[in-house]
Amino acid sequence: MATLPDGTKLPGKLFIVEGIDGSGKSTQLDLLHKWLVSRGYLVAFTEWNSSPVVRQTTKRGKAKQLFSPTSFSLLHAADLADRIEQNILPALRAGAIVLADRYVYTAFARDVARGVDREWVRAIYRFAIRPTLAFYFRVPLDESLQRILVGRPELKYYEAGQDLGLADDPYESFRLFQGRILTEYEQIVGEFGLTTVDATQPLVRQQARVRRLVLPHLKGALKVEHRPWREVLAKEGLHGSYLTTGPGGDKE
Amino acid sequence: MTRVLFYGRPLPGMTETRLPGKLIVVEGTDGVGRSTQIALLREWLEANGYAATETGLTRSELAAAGIKKAKRGHTMGDLTMNLFYATDFVDRLEKQIVPALRAGFVVLTDRYIYSLIARAQVRGVDAQWIRDVLGFALVPDVVFYLKIDIEHLIPRVINSQGFDYWESGMDYLRGDDIYESYVRYQTQLISQFDKMSEEYHFHVVDANRRVPAVFTELRGSIKMIVEDLQSPTDSVLPAAPAARRKRAPRAAVAKAAQSPAEPPSPAASG
Repeated sequence: MATLPDGTKLPGKLFIVEGIDGSGKSTQLDLLHKWLVSRGYLVAFTEWNSSPVVRQTTKRGKAKQLFSPTSFSLLHAADLADRIEQNILPALRAGAIVLADRYVYTAFARDVARGVDREWVRAIYRFAIRPTLAFYFRVPLDESLQRILVGRPELKYYEAGQDLGLADDPYESFRLFQGRILTEYEQIVGEFGLTTVDATQPLVRQQARVRRLVLPHLKGALKVEHRPWREVLAKEGLHGSYLTTGPGGDKE
Repeated sequence: MTRVLFYGRPLPGMTETRLPGKLIVVEGTDGVGRSTQIALLREWLEANGYAATETGLTRSELAAAGIKKAKRGHTMGDLTMNLFYATDFVDRLEKQIVPALRAGFVVLTDRYIYSLIARAQVRGVDAQWIRDVLGFALVPDVVFYLKIDIEHLIPRVINSQGFDYWESGMDYLRGDDIYESYVRYQTQLISQFDKMSEEYHFHVVDANRRVPAVFTELRGSIKMIVEDLQSPTDSVLPAAPAARRKRAPRAAVAKAAQSPAEPPSPAASG
């Protein structure tokens, strides 16, 4: 059950994943998504920092390095607010399952690592819907860094936390920044009762745990018939060659 | 500002306890004549040797373009709009207002957090939440609230820029009639401002009067506030040149020659 801040229960379910970069949370969420769809559930997916309303501003701020910790934090809050108002809330009201890659805890960890006040950032996100289940993928810093930095990818300015001036070298800055974020996450886990998943375990095992925990919450979730034309094709001996998604396509 | 004070949690990165400049806020509803007064005050301050600068809502380098674009599409929900405006505000606070105050400027601000709070509350947003969000705002040296009755406001708006979609609350009243909607929305806003008067110690200025009367009152108060800044020209301020003129008030702002027969316009844009 997802819950509004005022305690109102919503018919839909909100499952979210959290963890530092390289914890493997997106992979696990993707596997969960496929499983839910295969079981016939109507699933909506949303990810951090993806609202079209703030996109242009985010781009501008990053390109010109205009952000301060506070403006960065507020713009991310605007991003989530927009996704809640436009996508998440309507889907949950309708009884659907919503999967979110990163949620308010990302802001609590990252923005505080950037120097924003702990209480303030919690206060500004008071509008956020309480998730049904929040998974935290726990991974040691060295392991996540190894996963991310193995190919020496180009690290972006804010991604590496270079706005904090922790180190001149982007890689060193990234390390220090991620370390700070991890410390914040560890506090958040207890504070908000996140469900931890050991992200050093084999992927299959992690997914099994995620599904086992999600399963009891699925009762009553909205289902949708996938490929409803299948029956006609079989009965009439058609191929469905004019169907836009194709006969094997899946409108998810 | 003599002392740096915040309404809530301090702005991260602010270390000073004192700033040499002055922060002067002009608040009030759409079309009340804020920008006219600010234009007059700025010129008057500068004429008297004070370094003055101005800023206003949605003028940030970071978020101004994005907000304008989102408003054009009428796509923003209440929470999003509040947070987007807060982003714009903090960007201006950090990049324009605080640096100018540090440098000893008189900063004239066309609207401040009170407009954001009034707008949020009219739309039913949680009153404490919006105050928490904007808690990093500096407490200004003075907040002038230009108070006007809706009857006085309507002709001014028609005479200037007309009724704006958002200033008419069309996004949430959803009426067909923009005039009806404007009257209802602005009436609600005015009542929110009235309620905030005490909470935020507004200096209430009767803006039903003509521009010169309002200007004289504002100038009088500002004179006292900027006194300790030590004008380079004189320690006691002389009467400003703009005030001595017997021309229509707009002549002080618009440099273009005007027909003497033209009646004084009550206000430029709000």
